[in-house]
Amino acid sequence: MSDKVLTGRESDVQRRPRKVLAVASSGGHWVQLFRLRPVWDGCDVTYLTTNIQHREQVMADALERGQTVPGFFTGVSANRWQKFRLVYLLLQVAIVVVRTRPDMVITTGAAPGYFAILIGRCMRARTVWVDSIANADELSLCGKRVGRYCGLWLTQWEHLQGSEKAGAGLPAFQGATL
Amino acid sequence: MIFLTVGSELPFDRLVRTIDEWCVDRGRQDVFGQIAEPGTGGYRPTNFEWRPFLSTHDYDQHCRDADLIVGHAGMGSIITAMTYMKPIVIMPRKAAFKETRNDHQIATAEWLGERNGVLVAQDEVVLRAVLDRASEHGTARTLESPLEPYAEPRLLATIRDYLLSS
Repeated sequence: MSDKVLTGRESDVQRRPRKVLAVASSGGHWVQLFRLRPVWDGCDVTYLTTNIQHREQVMADALERGQTVPGFFTGVSANRWQKFRLVYLLLQVAIVVVRTRPDMVITTGAAPGYFAILIGRCMRARTVWVDSIANADELSLCGKRVGRYCGLWLTQWEHLQGSEKAGAGLPAFQGATL
Repeated sequence: MIFLTVGSELPFDRLVRTIDEWCVDRGRQDVFGQIAEPGTGGYRPTNFEWRPFLSTHDYDQHCRDADLIVGHAGMGSIITAMTYMKPIVIMPRKAAFKETRNDHQIATAEWLGERNGVLVAQDEVVLRAVLDRASEHGTARTLESPLEPYAEPRLLATIRDYLLSS
């Protein structure tokens, strides 16, 4: 699978592995993020999610696919009405981003991904938001807000690309996670 | 076996209650449910075995063992069902009943309902009919091959290219 995404710059990755921070809350967001993993093959990846149980899955997969041992962190789960938990999550995410100093932050949402993009952007990392495929009518709230901070801002629905419903700017469509 | 799952965040009484009643009506004794924490006053089914939550390992095992999966219209449930080539019946949560924070599951159900192996019941009345249809042996449409383990190649290539660009 990964040979389908080979480019002329692959040898460069082998010389200096890129550092990637891959972020998603547990559940559907995580399932979609994990389906993107060939993107960071050969890179130095760190995962950040909200469920410790994903650690086992991540380690087993890296071993099976001959990848280096990934980093793994968890933060608390929080939705937009849980203000204190959100602040706590923001701090947790900030610590991970500062510690890992990623070349690229990639996320499928929701709250931890949003924070990681903002902080990653401040640290001049490349930033990728892949809006969840669950948002078929309009982009998620985080997805709309985060667009201006993303190097790559993607929806998984063709009918939402360049849509005004997405808020300011025009998210692109380049395929889906399934 | 039928595996019922409502995700790990909130209970979904409207779905769970309907399945509980359907089990009695149809004499089904082979349903297992992951129904989140009912809390005080929440619905506790009496006609099938259930747990509030499952470890990811147990969750996967129940999906593998099931002939049919019934779930809320969450992407985790849907993608897992597709991965194991199991037909899934989905019913969207609705914000009006405080089952979720917004109505995105309604759109998910509408858009993904056209895929093979995904059957949609927009409410609990329709759900009974869909369950009857889906549980007749061999009548639920399934995927002809398992879902690829990765995202679409074009999406992977686009992001990989961005990652490696100088």
